[in-house]
Amino acid sequence: MSDSPMIRLDAVTKVFPGTDHPAVDRLTLEVAEGEVVVLVGPSGCGKTTTLKMINRLIEPTSGTITVAGADVTAVPAPELRRSIGYVIQQIGLFPHRTIADNIATVPRLLGWERPRIEARIDELIDLADLDPAMRDRYPSELSGGQRQRVGVARALAADPPVLLMDEPFGAVDPIVRARLQDELLDLQARLRKTIVLVTHDVDEAIKLGDRVAILNVGGVLEQYAPPAEILRSPADAFVEGFLGSDRGIKRLSLIAVRDATLVEGPIVDAAATAAEAGAAMAQHGLDWFGIRRGGLVVGWAAGSDLDGGAAPADLEPRPFATALGPDDSLRDALDAVITSHSRVAPVFDGARYLGMLTIEEISREIVQ
Amino acid sequence: MSFLGDVASWFGTAANWWGESGILNRVFEHVQLSAFTMAVALAVALPPALALGHRNRGGGLVVTVVNLGRAIPSFGILALALPFTIELARGIDLFGWEFSPISSGLGFWPTFVALLALAVPPIFANGFTAVRDVDPGTVEAARGMGLTERQILRSIEVPMAMPVVYAAMRVASVQVVATATLGALVAWGGLGRFIIDGFAQQDDVQVFAGAVLVALLAVATEALFAFGERWAIPRGIAGAGDRAAATAG
Amino acid sequence: MITAQAAGPFFRWDWVGRNLGAIWDRVVEHLTLTAIAIGIGLVIAMGLSLVALRWRRTYAPITWVTGILYTIPSLALFALLVPFTGLSTLTAEIGLVSYTLLILIRNIVAGIDGVSPEVREAAVGMGYTRRRLFFEIELPLAMPVIVAGIRIAAVTVIGLVTVTSIIGQGGLGFFILRGLNSFFWTQIIVGVALSVLLAVIIDLLLAGGERALTPWARRRGAG
Repeated sequence: MSDSPMIRLDAVTKVFPGTDHPAVDRLTLEVAEGEVVVLVGPSGCGKTTTLKMINRLIEPTSGTITVAGADVTAVPAPELRRSIGYVIQQIGLFPHRTIADNIATVPRLLGWERPRIEARIDELIDLADLDPAMRDRYPSELSGGQRQRVGVARALAADPPVLLMDEPFGAVDPIVRARLQDELLDLQARLRKTIVLVTHDVDEAIKLGDRVAILNVGGVLEQYAPPAEILRSPADAFVEGFLGSDRGIKRLSLIAVRDATLVEGPIVDAAATAAEAGAAMAQHGLDWFGIRRGGLVVGWAAGSDLDGGAAPADLEPRPFATALGPDDSLRDALDAVITSHSRVAPVFDGARYLGMLTIEEISREIVQ
Repeated sequence: MSFLGDVASWFGTAANWWGESGILNRVFEHVQLSAFTMAVALAVALPPALALGHRNRGGGLVVTVVNLGRAIPSFGILALALPFTIELARGIDLFGWEFSPISSGLGFWPTFVALLALAVPPIFANGFTAVRDVDPGTVEAARGMGLTERQILRSIEVPMAMPVVYAAMRVASVQVVATATLGALVAWGGLGRFIIDGFAQQDDVQVFAGAVLVALLAVATEALFAFGERWAIPRGIAGAGDRAAATAG
Repeated sequence: MITAQAAGPFFRWDWVGRNLGAIWDRVVEHLTLTAIAIGIGLVIAMGLSLVALRWRRTYAPITWVTGILYTIPSLALFALLVPFTGLSTLTAEIGLVSYTLLILIRNIVAGIDGVSPEVREAAVGMGYTRRRLFFEIELPLAMPVIVAGIRIAAVTVIGLVTVTSIIGQGGLGFFILRGLNSFFWTQIIVGVALSVLLAVIIDLLLAGGERALTPWARRRGAG
């Protein structure tokens, strides 16, 4: 983490007119350059209020906010906002403008030259993985996922160092959401923006955040730490309750399969005898075995296939229904392992067999 | 200032209030014809509108009626009514049997025909759409509980359509009262007489006084309906009448 | 008087043929009166709408006053003005403009209000100033509703122009009034039919103009 934070909130308080209790109470928070910070908490915890105070859609009652070392009140609000990317849940694309014109919004507000804007639009359509044919379409002609990508592209148009995202994936279905989350991580790996993201979804916070700020009702900061640390040692009962009783399982999503201990498993050469296959199965307490042919594990066969005196060489290997990669998380692995009837899942790095992941190994990680 | 003083003294002259061409009689004529027209319009337009709305039949007819009603100026309707009633009064030849359905083609009849033509479209169109647009879930629930189609129309759809029908009555009534003023052009009475006669006699005071009376009557009609809404609309569905304005225009 | 007409046919094409020039002049007069009323009405309505949007509390009184103007029968409104502004175009235009205000203000305000809050939030969040937000985002998005109001106002005004014949103006209403006074049906029918035709044509032109102005509302895709 660099010495001077990209965003700094210092004792920021917001009391809305006509209410007694502050929505955000003396919140102090620093966000380092290039970091993804997720604000998460129950409704009424002031997470969205906090986000909107950064680009002054809401003005704080007291306290100061600096972005890149400068007080946000130093320049007029519209000028400040043009230098900060902003994505909201409903996206808010302008229905009367084409996709290209939507993306060009902030560059035009900043008065860029036309050729520069055109070039930037092409760049962003490419970056957001959109079909160039969409350039001249209107938002109503796009799917929800496409609109969300345009929304992110539009926010990035003037290459702002800071990106604020308010429940950016809240309005799309779970499958599209997971894909968009992966795309955001991908994009972030390349662009290294400073991102503040608001969500009410703990899993999303754990997945996306370099650090997660857990807020309690009334804008009280309960814990601010990397997700692994929060899951390992919740600061208090509130955080523990908010994470849920499946905290251990959630932690699995932070551990990659490559970091777990794999077992060799009942793998035999295609040339092995039925007795050797039987011994391998007995050793692992399983009723099936993997078949290795020419150095590659090509599939599996059931112990009952050998009934009637067949040898492994005679059998047609069945493909593995579920196979994990080294980059999958243990949480993905848990699904695979539980749904396989023998409670193990094979791990492959491309075509290369790495070993078996067992339910025992996963539960050992949960307890740790 | 002296002009308004003249107007005030016109109102202060007893002779202008009493008699056949006095204010009171003219107001009475105006209100009587307007109310009569509205009653006939409701009787003629509402039953078929509600029945068609229940079956959701004839939507195209409704659009045509509304568009025509909007495009033909009320002054034009009155003007067209005159040749129609005059021809009727002159007599029609029905298979060699000649008779006159109305005694005079001037005065009451052309005005009534014009006002009726003006009042029917908004009432018909709004009655139709109001019943058609009743929440289908509510209707289905009623049907599911065993109400007959007639019962559904009478005890579910019509009460729920009331705000819109009422708003249409309000729009139509104000328009009828307004256009009845023009009846003076075809020799009918009502408050329009003061204005038309005033123009003919170049009597600005009478013109202005007549205009004040007409304006007051129209605003009073509007106010009466606004006030009546409190008890005319079933509790629980008040406020739904705003959408009538869009169709009634 | 009634029998005077009885002799002739109901509709006399020869009259139409002899008076084409006069009819054309009245059509032009009709359109001019309408265009001026809509133009001035739009300017005033836009100003009042801006006031109503900026200070919400003024919306109720503004619609109340324009609502009363809208309720006053046309002939009465013209008659109220005659003692002060005479049997003039000015009298006609004041009256006609009065009738456009309620329709236009309602539609302008409803159109701007109809802009979705997320679009507005996104725009403000990206750094739109209030003025640019209004002219570049809110106004274009409200255009379909505003044009719908202009269409209703235009059709209404075209109808009301005929009434101004009673105060010596009137466009095509001139023929209607003369036909009424002389029991000459041909003039009444020509006046009414052409006035309806004008209303329909202007309405279609405005609808076409709206389509041209709002290309985004035409194409609907995956949604």
